[in-house]
Amino acid sequence: MSVELSGWGRYPVAATDLLQPASAQAAAAMVAGRTGAIARGNGRAYGDAAIGEETTVSLLGLGRMRAFDPATGWLTVEAGVTLAEIVAAFLPRGFFPAVVPGTQFVTVGGMIAADVHGKNHHRDGGFGDHVAALDLMLPDGTRLSCSREQNAELFHATIGGMGLTGYILAATIRLIPVETGWIRQRTLVAETVADTVRLLDAAQDATYSVAWIDGLARGAALGRSLVYLGEHATRAALGGAQVPYRFGPAAKAGPGVPFDLPALTLNRLSVAAFNEAYFRLGAAKAGPERLVGWRPYFFPLDGVADWNRIYGRNGFVQYQFVLPAARSADLLPDLLDRIAQRGSASFLAVLKRLGRGGGLLSFPFEGHTLALDMKMEPGLLAFLAECDRLVAAAGGRLYLAKDARQTRSTFEAGYPGLARFRDIRRRYGLEGRLASRLSRRIGL
Amino acid sequence: MKTVLVVGGTSDVGRAVALAYATAGWCVQLAGRDGPGLEREAADIATRTGMAVTTHRIDILDTDAFPAFADTLPALPDTVVSVVGLLGEQARAETDPVHATTVMRSNFEGPALLLGLFAERFLARGHGTLVGVSSVAGERGRASNYVYGAAKAGFTAFLSGLRNRVAKRGLHVVTVKPGFIRTRMTAGMKLPARLTAEPQAVGDAIFRAAETRPRDVIYVKPVWALVMAIIRALPETIFKRTKL
Ligand SMILES: Cc1cc2nc3c(=O)[nH]c(=O)nc-3n(C[C@H](O)[C@H](O)[C@H](O)COP(=O)(O)OP(=O)(O)OC[C@H]3O[C@@H](n4cnc5c(N)ncnc54)[C@H](O)[C@@H]3O)c2cc1C
Repeated sequence: MSVELSGWGRYPVAATDLLQPASAQAAAAMVAGRTGAIARGNGRAYGDAAIGEETTVSLLGLGRMRAFDPATGWLTVEAGVTLAEIVAAFLPRGFFPAVVPGTQFVTVGGMIAADVHGKNHHRDGGFGDHVAALDLMLPDGTRLSCSREQNAELFHATIGGMGLTGYILAATIRLIPVETGWIRQRTLVAETVADTVRLLDAAQDATYSVAWIDGLARGAALGRSLVYLGEHATRAALGGAQVPYRFGPAAKAGPGVPFDLPALTLNRLSVAAFNEAYFRLGAAKAGPERLVGWRPYFFPLDGVADWNRIYGRNGFVQYQFVLPAARSADLLPDLLDRIAQRGSASFLAVLKRLGRGGGLLSFPFEGHTLALDMKMEPGLLAFLAECDRLVAAAGGRLYLAKDARQTRSTFEAGYPGLARFRDIRRRYGLEGRLASRLSRRIGL
Repeated sequence: MKTVLVVGGTSDVGRAVALAYATAGWCVQLAGRDGPGLEREAADIATRTGMAVTTHRIDILDTDAFPAFADTLPALPDTVVSVVGLLGEQARAETDPVHATTVMRSNFEGPALLLGLFAERFLARGHGTLVGVSSVAGERGRASNYVYGAAKAGFTAFLSGLRNRVAKRGLHVVTVKPGFIRTRMTAGMKLPARLTAEPQAVGDAIFRAAETRPRDVIYVKPVWALVMAIIRALPETIFKRTKL
């Protein structure tokens, strides 16, 4: 069945055959003989990573859990199980995934393939660092058990490998014990970009840290931000109001990141007004610690269904890069200033501190990563190409799970593990058989 | 701890029913034909809920094996839910009696005899709940699926009669008419959104009707009651000219 598919940013849109196997056996039978095929999870990558060159294989039908060991926290599930299902089943039993991205509507396969990072990357690494084993299917139907001991090379290539090493059928991942579903959050106000970077760097011991930058502020206020630090709250830390809801209120919790807005039309004025209000509200809450429920803390946008539609029919791109820690202080102001000058309608930019990378093509390395949404409009691609040059020249790289437009040369400059990755693809006979729009565009 | 037996456990609805019960803290006996499929669903439900789930092989056409099947269960369940069914192909059933027989036996004979058998054991014990998933297709024979519909009509009548007999003796019998459900059985069909339920909604509705707010007959989407009332009310002279 041929369909039109896009990623979460709704740009680009491409035609592809779509296969929807209901089990691993069905998947093996369906992919046999296919070329230019790629796995797809829940389509939360922003660009074209999960659109096959010819064929896209949705693995949402592989949605069964297999086993859980409460003594160790290891959970084995099929790759199409979503983070939302895992949290729903295990948070009430006192466990939370070791690493989560900013939405719970992603699959385990998608989180491994992108080696997603959370607000704790500086301390705990990426999702891939908490995978013990995975069950990988090559395009000819062969199934391999991969771990740090077994088929180790393929294991490291698959983490962050964007589906280009095979179909992840199942994985064993780590959940950590938590006493409650609440986060003790502290808000710090940073007046400048230098302040922001300093506060994040000083918070290396915090479990979670993230900065929300006002992407429109200029001049002296360039890069002003609210830095949020978080720790899992213990049972003893809960106050009277939270005690009956030890694992967080069932519905959307009240305070936290105020994100109930996008009825606003997106123009420079409304966004600037929003950012202003956001900062005042946030700054007013700075200082003492507050308890925030897990939903608004980790997944602030999940409460707004289909928010990706607010950017209109042409969609949007998310621009996310990482810069080496030593280069951030001089390059971030320049990049932020260009973005603010252009006035691209982005609500807030997110800045995080990343730690060491995991897989061969994993995005994170020791440095600072900035992510912001930009509406697709004339001139945007040329503008971002200019930004790419600055990022690449500084030794930075762009995140493949967010990418919809970088060129092959930007990619090659940013990912030194590429030669080994290509070699592994060649040796396992994967070239040509596994290919996405992304891989074709960047020459993978 | 209470136990439910779900027959047809590898279907989308069977899985949803089992998950609804396990989420509410019940132990589950999952029964069906496809061994590896049963194991996969059982592990899923056990992992998600932390409840004990056992698997049991049964072929709904092998009615002679029913007593042995019931004897080998680790415990006589508190509730039995049968979601067994076979849509079949109407056109084929019109000329192929073997296929027609399979459709009739899968939707009527097998499920009815199985629930009948558990009814006797429940009566001996003094309590129990029996749930049969029938179909709106059983309310009036239509050109497009009357072999299936006739079998479901038989099943609906059987459940009604059984309820009439055992209600005064501590047993609860529930008839479920789900209407359209988004499942593998209907994958690729164009289904009207307002009349179509998700499997989990069917599972939750069955749990509610059987255990928390007892009902005798339920449609999962209430709008079906209205739709079927109209279809039933059409005089045969008019009905025979319609294309339904
Ligand atoms: C609101 C929002 C917030 C986000 N926040 C973050 C964040 O904080 N940190 C972060 O790192 N990312 C973040 N992301 C990105 C998201 O986590 C990744 O794009 C993730 O990969 C999406 O998972 P998915 O299941 O939707 O996969 P898809 O988008 O369907 O696929 C993504 C990639 O994974 C591959 N893939 C999927 N399943 C399999 C499989 N079973 N086997 C092999 N390959 C597979 C695909 O081929 C593709 O290359 C965010 C996305 C959104 C929409």
